[in-house]
Amino acid sequence: MDNILYTITVFSENRVGLLNQISIIFTRRKLNIESLSVSPSSIKGIHKFTITTYSDQETMEKVVKQIEKRIDVLKAFFYTNKDIVYQEIALYKVPTNKLLEEENLEQIIRKHNARILEITKEYTVLEKSGHSEETESLFNELKQYGITQFVRSGRVAVTKSTIEYVTDYIEEQKSRKDKMQS
Amino acid sequence: MSQKIKGAEALIKALIEEGVTTIFGYPGGAIIPVFDCLYDYREKLNHILVRHEQGATHAAQGYSRISGKTGVVIATSGPGATNLITGISDAMMDSTPLVVITGQISSAFLGTDAFQETDVIGITQPVTKWSYQIRNAEDIPWAVARAFYIASSGRPGPVVLDFAKNAQVGEMKWSYKKCNYIRSYIPVPEIDKAEIVKVAEMINNSSRPMIAAGHGIMLSEAEEELLKLAEKADIPVTNTLLGLSTIPSDHYLYKGMLGMHGNIGANYHTLDCDLFIAIGMRFDDRVTGDAKQYVAQAKVIHIDIDESEFDKNVKTTASIHGDAKMVIKALIPLIEKKSHTEWLDSFKSCDEVETEKVIKPEIYPESEDIHMGEVVNKISEATGHNAVLVTDVGQNQMLSARYFKFNHTKSIITSGGLGTMGFGLPAAIGAKFGAPERTICYFTGDGGIQMTIEELGVILQYGIDIKIIILNNNFLGMVRQWQELFFNQKYSQTPLVNPNFKMIANAYGIKAEDVESREELDGAIERMLNNKGSYLLNIKVEEKGMVFPMIPAGHTINELMLNSTEKYIKQ
Ligand SMILES: Cc1ncc(C[n+]2csc(CCOP(=O)(O)OP(=O)(O)O)c2C)c(N)n1
Repeated sequence: MDNILYTITVFSENRVGLLNQISIIFTRRKLNIESLSVSPSSIKGIHKFTITTYSDQETMEKVVKQIEKRIDVLKAFFYTNKDIVYQEIALYKVPTNKLLEEENLEQIIRKHNARILEITKEYTVLEKSGHSEETESLFNELKQYGITQFVRSGRVAVTKSTIEYVTDYIEEQKSRKDKMQS
Repeated sequence: MSQKIKGAEALIKALIEEGVTTIFGYPGGAIIPVFDCLYDYREKLNHILVRHEQGATHAAQGYSRISGKTGVVIATSGPGATNLITGISDAMMDSTPLVVITGQISSAFLGTDAFQETDVIGITQPVTKWSYQIRNAEDIPWAVARAFYIASSGRPGPVVLDFAKNAQVGEMKWSYKKCNYIRSYIPVPEIDKAEIVKVAEMINNSSRPMIAAGHGIMLSEAEEELLKLAEKADIPVTNTLLGLSTIPSDHYLYKGMLGMHGNIGANYHTLDCDLFIAIGMRFDDRVTGDAKQYVAQAKVIHIDIDESEFDKNVKTTASIHGDAKMVIKALIPLIEKKSHTEWLDSFKSCDEVETEKVIKPEIYPESEDIHMGEVVNKISEATGHNAVLVTDVGQNQMLSARYFKFNHTKSIITSGGLGTMGFGLPAAIGAKFGAPERTICYFTGDGGIQMTIEELGVILQYGIDIKIIILNNNFLGMVRQWQELFFNQKYSQTPLVNPNFKMIANAYGIKAEDVESREELDGAIERMLNNKGSYLLNIKVEEKGMVFPMIPAGHTINELMLNSTEKYIKQ
């Protein structure tokens, strides 16, 4: 089976050591994590991990079940690119004098919809968000000026689905708690 | 107002709240405050001092497997904690509830490579259900309550609490509440009624169904339900290694053990059945051989409490996520009364071949040398099949699993998933503490016993009664068997020069006998079983004995070997 890029999202309690527990599951299955981002989710006290990896559907099903098995994980899901709206952000640091020599600077910035965050005598920092092909393409165009630093964030993503599984899950758990304690 | 107490005392009080009566442990610098407090509570908490921390974990496993209670272990930081890892991993693989408490240096020094500091959480996370570091005394009731809830509910497993010294000596306001709910953890899911209906229909429509009952039956105490289901629908029942004793060995529906060294009928019928009902088992490769081809012709129903087991190794047609007892209970009313006489009879021809070609030569050998299976069979008979079988790992394990018989559930304690040599002696000791009224027969190899032989000290110190049977072939037998079959009889590093086991036993105050010939065997067994107190038999068995039948690793049942030269061919 051909591997494609999957995006895994994990919702967990905010507890020390979870990243380790989740990454071990990828390591054991010899999966390379392509990108990773962790942040508080829209729900108070719950963290969201967004992880990308090349794999196949069957492996993803197993991995997600094993992630959910960790005690402090609430829910885990996996998606292909068509299921989600996703974005990355990239920063480019370029020598200012080189940029100033470029006649088409304006066109480059417009074409890529990039932003300039800072300009000093020595360097300029540009920012661009988009899919990796898009940030890559600006990278290729700026290469000629000698990029001194480049960094790309991990993918962040939201689903296209209209059902909010995590919110539903938390509601269900509230009623389970009431049942347990009555 | 609740009174203020030290963290160490809070831990002890929390253990008592959880109904703990027995602890296996070993003291050290980073856990002294807890042991200091244990002394004051010694009337309520019986602490068993082992001789090596690994022994504590296996003892707690033996205790738990026989009693159904959560085993508790206490050890110190650093080397104390790292010595526990084998037992913790073993408990993880074999779904055994343990709460393991390790001392840790004060939280102010964490990360500084202080004396006897080890990253216990980091090391244990991959081999525990949950691990948590208690860094202040106030956390104790919450952490302990959660630990017991997690260890014992759902699919049980080991939990580690790493207890920083400052939390042991710090003060806290005592109050305790047991845990029965964690938002992110649903140990016992609600059963999907639609799946029950679907599965019942599959069972009713099948003509050649078989059940594979695993450890999960024992863990959910579903033995009665299993029998009811099997009897109503007239379904043959097979066991995994850890599922042995969930159905009496002499029951007319019991068809033996599955797997590499299992029974021919049980294994062969996985090729013939039209419905395979797996309950509380996980399709381990020692059961399936080549998993891709396992029960490929049949519909497969998988009932398990752990959803991540579904489709992990073998693809299922239907799965029911839930507690085995509850699921089977829900199924029974929907199951039609059936009789599968012809199907059940079809096991006979396999059994006949196995009896003639494998069983008889093993338990009634014609050679002069004593065979392992022969010893096991005699001891099982002499105990009326009512004893508890504890095994080590290797040939002794497989042959005792094959030839010991069971009348009662929870009568086998063995290291299945991890296959840990040295498991047996401490597990047998723990089992005795868990069920003092039962006879514990511990079978081991001359290799395995030496891995944890120091635990004889526990027998000495506490005067407990277990029967130790060394099946001594002067070889690391199971490895030698593989070398004989697959590595051109190159016995690389498998012959052993052994100590005088009888003298070792005597040094620990344990009566012992060497048995060298068949004539001595019956008398020795009788003396062992009649003796009040532990007894060791060092039995010289055939040096190059073999465990058969055997399905070589990664192969299918079609490759089943009856002996070194003959393959099984179905009549
Ligand atoms: C801790 C550990 N080390 C190594 C092994 C590999 N191993 C499996 S069986 C076996 C031989 C066991 O020999 P012995 O205890 O004499 O028992 P026998 O097979 O002869 O009954 C070995 C070395 C193991 N299972 N566990």
